[in-house]
Amino acid sequence: MSNIPTDLHYTKSHEWVRHIEAGGVEIGITDHAQQALGDLVFVEVPSQGRALKAGEACAVVESVKAASDVYSPLAGTVSAGNPLLTDKPELLNEDPYGEGWLFRLETSADTAALMNAAAYESFLAEAK
Amino acid sequence: MGLKTPLYASHVDQGAKIVDFGGWDMPLHYGSQIDEHHAVRREAGMFDVSHMAVVDLTGGRSREYLRLLLANDVARLNEPGKALYTCMLNPDGGVIDDLIVYFVSDTWFRLVVNAGTRDKDLAWIRTHAAPFDVDVLERTDLCVIAVQGPEARVKAAGLLAPTQQPAALEIKPFHAAPFGSWFVARTGYTGEDGFEMMIPACDAVDAWHRLDESGVKPAGLGARDTLRLEAGMNLYGNDMDERHHPLESGLAWTVALEPSDRDFIGRDALLAARRDGCDRLVGLLLEERGVLRSHQRVVSPGNADGMVTSGTFSPTLNRSIGLARVPQATGASVQVEIRGKLHAARVVKTPFVRHGKAMIEI
Repeated sequence: MSNIPTDLHYTKSHEWVRHIEAGGVEIGITDHAQQALGDLVFVEVPSQGRALKAGEACAVVESVKAASDVYSPLAGTVSAGNPLLTDKPELLNEDPYGEGWLFRLETSADTAALMNAAAYESFLAEAK
Repeated sequence: MGLKTPLYASHVDQGAKIVDFGGWDMPLHYGSQIDEHHAVRREAGMFDVSHMAVVDLTGGRSREYLRLLLANDVARLNEPGKALYTCMLNPDGGVIDDLIVYFVSDTWFRLVVNAGTRDKDLAWIRTHAAPFDVDVLERTDLCVIAVQGPEARVKAAGLLAPTQQPAALEIKPFHAAPFGSWFVARTGYTGEDGFEMMIPACDAVDAWHRLDESGVKPAGLGARDTLRLEAGMNLYGNDMDERHHPLESGLAWTVALEPSDRDFIGRDALLAARRDGCDRLVGLLLEERGVLRSHQRVVSPGNADGMVTSGTFSPTLNRSIGLARVPQATGASVQVEIRGKLHAARVVKTPFVRHGKAMIEI
């Protein structure tokens, strides 16, 4: 069973979004996504200042078996990429909702269009 | 729903993530393929490779037949139990499959061929066997468990009767011996010491659980791939196939062109390729961050583009490694295109890792 924290918002491509401050969000991949990918060995996060459209491919997570794109759930400007992941990509496996965050975004977009935890859980159940 | 080996339920009980592999439902990993990889390099791991086909050839002209069928020369098998790695070629020199042949007796040779190619292999083997009056029997009654790693042989020998264990531990590398209905071979696909045990299907579940109890870690296809690539071993379908001959697949060492009067299938095509020159298969070490993957473009100044045939992250080296088919004149430094960007890579001699140790300078 995968862990789905109730305070986050989710996408169908298995990213999560957390409000960290007014106009600021943190983005990562879900526990379900890290389990499906397997051991992660390489992560490329977007650079600071990059403007992203909603749905734009902006990060790459590579496991031993394959590379996967990560899509920005919202439009905005990258305020930080997680610097720890360069040397410790396994943080995405160990703590996908905490230390394994991918990037932070300054955004005025709202998260209402994204799924809440219950909706994401149903989405996963249907996909099975 | 694919084919299942007799160990399928054991894999599921052990938490395996199951994937389709050549029509078989096989374990990809049991939680972490990197942990499984390290277990094989450092202690012992076990793989269910029962999806591979064990094929017994019997008859007085078996050896004569195999000297026609295989690119390597079974005349080299001069003592019972000895094994030989070889390709089976089509007349154009393309690789139909790679396989291991075991010399059991003058009237009995055993082949182990890949799961994904079993049907075409068996058809090819049977077609050419007919004139030699050789019987071809697929041993679907056997399971194959590969136990690999520095502690593998001692742990695997523990499955045998105490009186059989000393003889099992004396099997030389690339040799095999029968123990009743069990056939124990000191071969593998990991670059570590170990056994591949061909045993009756009815013994498989018990053997698997006893190995588990003795601390041998179950390992899936994911770890099998990173281990074989670190060991510089080819994977059929990636690094060799029917469109490429052994000389451009890093397998010239498995082709016996001497004695020159042995007329094996594909020989003329290989002689022509040797005369005309051909691409070569090389090891690559990615100098930068990222992961090599099959089908990436390899760029080398003054040469036609090459292509990565296998690539992965090496858990032992903590770097990305791969195999690539490149023009003969390619130098030591190349670039690989990964997601539209060129990254520096170094051509290196394989294996990358053997017996737990890095064989290349990082």
